[in-house]
Amino acid sequence: MRYFLTEEQQMIVDICRTIVEERIIPVRAELDEKEIFPRDIIEEIGRSDLFRLFIPEEYEGMGTGIFEICLATEELSRGDMGIATSFAACGLGIIPILIAGNEEQKVKFLPQVASGSKLAAFGLTEAEAGSDAGNIKTTAKKDGDFYILNGTKQWISNGGEADIYTVFAITDPGRGVRGASAIIVEKGTPGFEFGKKENKLGIRSSATRELIFTDCRVPEGNLLGSEGMGFIIAMKTFDQSRPVVGAQALGVAESALEEALNYSKVRKQFNTPISSFQAIQHMLADMATNIEAARALVYHTAKVIDSGEKNVSRLSSMAKLFASDMAMKVTVDAVQILGGYGYMKEYPLEKMMRDAKITQIYEGTNQIMRNIIALDLIKRGVL
Amino acid sequence: MIKIKIVVCIKQVPATTEIKIDPKTNTLIREGIENIINPFDCYAIEEAVRIKERLGDPDIEVIAITMGPSQAIEILKEAISVGVDKAVLLSDKAFAGADTWATATTLARAINKIGDCSLVLLGKQTLDGDTGQVGPELAQKMGIPFVGYVSNILEMDQNKMKVKRLMEDRYETFEINLPSAISVIKDINVPRVPSLRGKLKAKNAEIPVWGAEMLGLDVNEVGLLGSYTQVVKIFTPQIKHETTLIEGTPDEKVEHLYRILKESHVV
Repeated sequence: MRYFLTEEQQMIVDICRTIVEERIIPVRAELDEKEIFPRDIIEEIGRSDLFRLFIPEEYEGMGTGIFEICLATEELSRGDMGIATSFAACGLGIIPILIAGNEEQKVKFLPQVASGSKLAAFGLTEAEAGSDAGNIKTTAKKDGDFYILNGTKQWISNGGEADIYTVFAITDPGRGVRGASAIIVEKGTPGFEFGKKENKLGIRSSATRELIFTDCRVPEGNLLGSEGMGFIIAMKTFDQSRPVVGAQALGVAESALEEALNYSKVRKQFNTPISSFQAIQHMLADMATNIEAARALVYHTAKVIDSGEKNVSRLSSMAKLFASDMAMKVTVDAVQILGGYGYMKEYPLEKMMRDAKITQIYEGTNQIMRNIIALDLIKRGVL
Repeated sequence: MIKIKIVVCIKQVPATTEIKIDPKTNTLIREGIENIINPFDCYAIEEAVRIKERLGDPDIEVIAITMGPSQAIEILKEAISVGVDKAVLLSDKAFAGADTWATATTLARAINKIGDCSLVLLGKQTLDGDTGQVGPELAQKMGIPFVGYVSNILEMDQNKMKVKRLMEDRYETFEINLPSAISVIKDINVPRVPSLRGKLKAKNAEIPVWGAEMLGLDVNEVGLLGSYTQVVKIFTPQIKHETTLIEGTPDEKVEHLYRILKESHVV
């Protein structure tokens, strides 16, 4: 389906497609099976300038928008959603710096990410703070020119692999969520260690680890914005990043549909390709229709964000919610079309189904998405 | 310091997986077939870009050249998208029908026109012609050393390089003075994917087109007129599907195979 892409946008898609076909598809099953973080593929993505999409031109980026990031993420997800997660999680780590960073912080950190030489990560979730993100317990206590961090972040994408971490910690314990702040912590800072790599259902080529802070001294110059702004920065970050999760869901769903469609045309039962059966045809038709609907919503949301609109929480949440629920249904149905073969690891479908599940969970569960949508509806009306 | 210039010679070829021969005329069916950079040339391009990166000198210039019709400009743009600095298209009606000798004449003259070239890189052969002759002929005409089938550049500075090449049964290591020409094999690297900045640069790149006159070449030296060989006929060999399956223990199979080869006077 053509989406009236500009020449530059089409170039982004073409580059990602080449990476997917030449580098990712040949190895994705092995990366999944052995839980390998493919440093070489991430480097190739870096060499291709794709990390520059996150970053404005003045910091050696390509100065594009969320729409272009969605295009790249969608294409990478067609190959392997784990790799797309590592890519998108880097963007997630960078957005807080774009939103609240000062010039010095931007000059220091953004060009390194733009060139692909360093990855970023976003550290908010804790054992007791998932959907209840305001309940974080990690503290950052001021001590002269430093903050001293203590606590543990859980399930952090790119944990251990990234060099630049945006970490959310409580600077004022008496003020609840208004006491949270966002601080950049660099890998290698004494007192900053990583937990073991998590063994996951899907996106197994991505690295997920704990971030463990033990009297970790971080220069006060690494504070993003001012003390107490942490929660607002996190929420503004999600407003921009959620359509990107939607784009991941789109990519994996498209790939699953393609596999199921191709299979249905060659698989014969009762002496005829199963694509000739209406039962299969209707499944394929529903899958394709839902993908298109999700794509329209994700692209529209990205373009609204890029237009500079500030009030985007509702739309962003809708894009993530709808696309991820769609992807779960489409990948399950794709496995069903392949039947027993779909259940086998020789075919990529079962992996796509496992990968798709996370899009309903991370960057806010779909239940939280519905809360955000409903509260915004009640507050601002139908619009 | 002398500025290092590396010239990569590339060729546009039809994508092999799609090659079809018209059984009546025995010629290549070109309609609807995608043209690509000769795959071996991709390794030459990548190696040139890597040399530039490895030596860390931004003044090093990597220039891609190709001889071909006007649409061959596409592969030059592709070369720019993966890191080549400049490109030149050698195109002229007079160049048509060139064999390897006439091709080498044209390329050598173009490289001389570019001037001060330290290294010429080529793929070991093309997918369509498959001769592997242009490299050595080109070096001969330029009066520079040639090493074919290079699998590894071990050392390189402004004046010389040390290369390892793959022969059928051994590796050989050469130290050669620059300027030189080398052809490379696929073991040498993994070509990179184009970058976004590279693609944007390629889109806006101005690629000069040089013809016979600009190169100071007589029409009798180039193209069909300058060629010593001519393709008289291309045909698809008839393949007879007669298969004999040899069974038994490995020793018995070897014995049996040897007997067949002996009887058919192969050995």
